[in-house]
Amino acid sequence: MSETPLFQYTLRFADTALILGHRLSEWVGHSPVIEEDLAFGNMGLDLIGQARSLYTYAGQIEGKGRDEDALAYLREVASYRNLLISEQPNGDFAATMVRQLLYAAFAFPYFEKLAHSKDATLAAIAAKAAKEMAYHQRHAAEWTIRLGDGTEESHTRAQSALDELWPYTGEMFEADQVERALIEAGVAVDPASLRDTWDKTVNDVLAEATLARPRDGAMQSGGRSGRHSEHLGHILSELQYMQRAYPGATW
Amino acid sequence: MAAAALDSDLRERAFAAAASVCDPEIPVLGIADLGVLRDVRIEDGVVEAVITPTYSGCPAMNMIALEIELALEKAGFTKHKVTTVLSPAWTTDWMTEQGKAKLRDYGIAPPVAKAGRRALFGEDKVGCPHCGSADTARISEFGSTACKALWRCKACAEPFDYFKCI
Repeated sequence: MSETPLFQYTLRFADTALILGHRLSEWVGHSPVIEEDLAFGNMGLDLIGQARSLYTYAGQIEGKGRDEDALAYLREVASYRNLLISEQPNGDFAATMVRQLLYAAFAFPYFEKLAHSKDATLAAIAAKAAKEMAYHQRHAAEWTIRLGDGTEESHTRAQSALDELWPYTGEMFEADQVERALIEAGVAVDPASLRDTWDKTVNDVLAEATLARPRDGAMQSGGRSGRHSEHLGHILSELQYMQRAYPGATW
Repeated sequence: MAAAALDSDLRERAFAAAASVCDPEIPVLGIADLGVLRDVRIEDGVVEAVITPTYSGCPAMNMIALEIELALEKAGFTKHKVTTVLSPAWTTDWMTEQGKAKLRDYGIAPPVAKAGRRALFGEDKVGCPHCGSADTARISEFGSTACKALWRCKACAEPFDYFKCI
């Protein structure tokens, strides 16, 4: 294994941001109202911006001359390290909003802590990202409440989205060997330390949304070591199409 | 002494040239008023302008960097570069009072008070940039660019952009 823990760690967050950002971009032009088109474009742009900074840094750590584009466009499915929740299909509007809530409620406090990392570059990227994830969380929370506490139809859809996505929430709090050493060195944040904050945010929103918190059963895992659901390949086939078909194309 | 005075004069000219660049989405607001231009320094005859993005994905950054180089070139500086820094993270607290006044005149409500730590609920109090009324409501937290939200005034019934606080 020639990849250093810092490279892998940075890549995990870059990949999660890119894939979730791509998912949100898929909504643009298809949202129920134009304000939500703008919101998805906006949040997607934040995530892709975060990914760009992280990829650039990952390329510098690796030191093999790969830039943000090489890392985003020229890696295979098994090399991607994103959280599985980020690649889950958009489903309906409720599913996308619930997915955004579950991730943002984790990423916002995580990046707030990572802003104090001993790694100055990660700290700088995280400080910016935290500000953005704060309003992603707010927006997704508002919609989750509106849908959950809305009509019978919207409630049913929000609850079923929550039940479907719940098994992908456990992975966010895992720390493997790659991260352990970085956590001890004060570079990475122990995701388990955010469990209480995440629980409180999610519980508060679900209570107000009149949605039932699913039970913690068996959790899906593997994204961060390259074991993905079938969905990622479909995303990459679209996201990477131009660079695969016309290598080095610029405009 | 003379050399030092010349240096500070040169630096001032370089800063003024860089600061003359406006945000492409808000053509009345200079990048210094916006807080995007962090520093201009001259080392070994090379002018270095340091900028920071408002949002991670702000698509205006490339254009701003290009326009700074053009402005420096026009001001007679032949060697120049633009460096992007992420830290400290940009905040609307850096916007100058002059910048806020320009925004209001342009019809965009400037950011109010300090960047909030509001993570879940609650809302800002925003004055209408057209009629000044405080009786306003948020239409959407997301507007025409990453830095703006869409609001409307209940007194004069006009919609307006609000430069949100982060």
